[in-house]
Amino acid sequence: MTRKALLRALVYLSLLLAGAVVLLPLLAVFLTSLKTSEEIGQGSGALTLPHNWLNYHNYVTAFRAGKMLRAFWNTAFILVFSIGGTVLIGSMAAFAIDRFTFRLRRLVIALFLIGSLVPSVTTQVATFKIVDNFGMFDSRWAPIVLYMGTDIVSIYIFLQFIRGIPISLDEAARIDGANTFTIYWRIILPLLKPAIATVVIIKGITVYNDFYIPFLYMPSENLGTISTSLFRFKGPFGAHWEDISAGAILVMVPTLVVFLFLQRFIYNGFTRGATK
Amino acid sequence: MTRARVWRTVTPWLYLAVPLALLITFTYIPVGNMIRDSFTDWDGVSPDRDYVGTRNYVELFTRPELFQVFFVSIYYLVASVVQIVLALYFATVLSFDLRFRNLFKGILFFPYLINGVAIGLVFLYFFQPHGTLDTVLSAFGVHGHHFWLGSGRMANTSLAGVSVWRFMGLNFVLFLGAIQSIPGELYEASELDGANRWQQFRHIIAPGIKPVLSLSAILAISGSLSAFEIPFIMTNGAAGTQTFVIQTVKLAFEFNKMGLASAAAVALLVIILLVTWLQRVVVPDERNDLV
Repeated sequence: MTRKALLRALVYLSLLLAGAVVLLPLLAVFLTSLKTSEEIGQGSGALTLPHNWLNYHNYVTAFRAGKMLRAFWNTAFILVFSIGGTVLIGSMAAFAIDRFTFRLRRLVIALFLIGSLVPSVTTQVATFKIVDNFGMFDSRWAPIVLYMGTDIVSIYIFLQFIRGIPISLDEAARIDGANTFTIYWRIILPLLKPAIATVVIIKGITVYNDFYIPFLYMPSENLGTISTSLFRFKGPFGAHWEDISAGAILVMVPTLVVFLFLQRFIYNGFTRGATK
Repeated sequence: MTRARVWRTVTPWLYLAVPLALLITFTYIPVGNMIRDSFTDWDGVSPDRDYVGTRNYVELFTRPELFQVFFVSIYYLVASVVQIVLALYFATVLSFDLRFRNLFKGILFFPYLINGVAIGLVFLYFFQPHGTLDTVLSAFGVHGHHFWLGSGRMANTSLAGVSVWRFMGLNFVLFLGAIQSIPGELYEASELDGANRWQQFRHIIAPGIKPVLSLSAILAISGSLSAFEIPFIMTNGAAGTQTFVIQTVKLAFEFNKMGLASAAAVALLVIILLVTWLQRVVVPDERNDLV
């Protein structure tokens, strides 16, 4: 074997090892989600195969006792409003900043720029009181407003994109008698589609996965999102790992499906989102 | 002023009203309140609060049990160095033509997309005594069961390991994107000149990914200081795994020490801003966005 071939083999070996490290914990949970509590009680190892591959019983328990249907509904509600709001707010802010010259423009830009540096984990202690004062505590509007209001990355993404749209389009429309809102709504927004796709994907995944904000602002059990409802599995299901595993798999499946279908967009989206 | 001119002055503000109102309400006012509260003994509930000067800050940095959290973040900091090195290795390897390249790319990135609570539960199971990890280890001749989440050093190492598992994918994809945007002719030219893989990495890839690398460095530092989800979900800060953010949340919402919690949050904010500023000074960003 030449040195080059040996090197190549080592590279593949490292990739296989990394793949195993990523997949093994997930595989163990998947296998466990298909086992009965007796199987686990008998000391069936984490990586042994289940007796019945079609045992969906634990999923039913997770859905019913774990209130996962309610959780998916709450998460969907929050997703729709916060993503819609983020797209409108972000694109309007970018439109105003890029297409108008006005006094204090630099100050506005600086406010957004500095705001993007403040990590939201640090400010929740004080944000909590403000949300509470608005009477939004323990309602789905608290996370919706927070997701909309603290997303400066989206404004960046829209701003990057809006610059590429020629101003001559705005001018042509203006000559035809369009006002600025028509220009924004009929010309800019439709042309922003690729940027909107990026924002929807990044925002969607972030909101779907967020735990901190719903945990802090929506303690009621019937306001559980998928994160907080899954978190509550820790208590009542105690050591019932088959139910907990089923819950965890339920939460991961939508992510996997979205990832498989939108891979290219997701890679591009996160690369763009993080470096801007 | 004519009507048209008034209109023209007002229009941009119509578009900016909502975004600015949200920005100020949920970012600037909290920061302001936090700074104000950090100098008081407020309990978060009662209407009155007394000014106590810098007492909260002094307490934060002198009481050993409060200061302890900074040692915990060292685990996460070391983990993020490991994470960046691994991500760099896999990004370099997968930037060349390999079989199953897309499959490996997908597998390495996917953990970053998974829900944090699900990850927490997956690894609680993984680290059970006689659980997945012990089973795998016994196949390699390491028998017995271990309390991976049992005590300080072991528990923190395990938790930091989970954070590498979760976040490596993002670094990896960022590096891969940067490497792939390097023009291919550079590699061809260097091959003609007889450069080997290491020299290609050293002189072509490394300079090309410098901006992303410096970004990863701040993300690593601020991420290690604000580690929250994984330790909170898995151990709730028990057995010496309390992190800065867990401690702050507990001070504020469990022990009603709003003043002290605010001081902690301000300290974290200052550290993170300082790190970001340092990064901007050390590695200036050529493509200055917004302005």
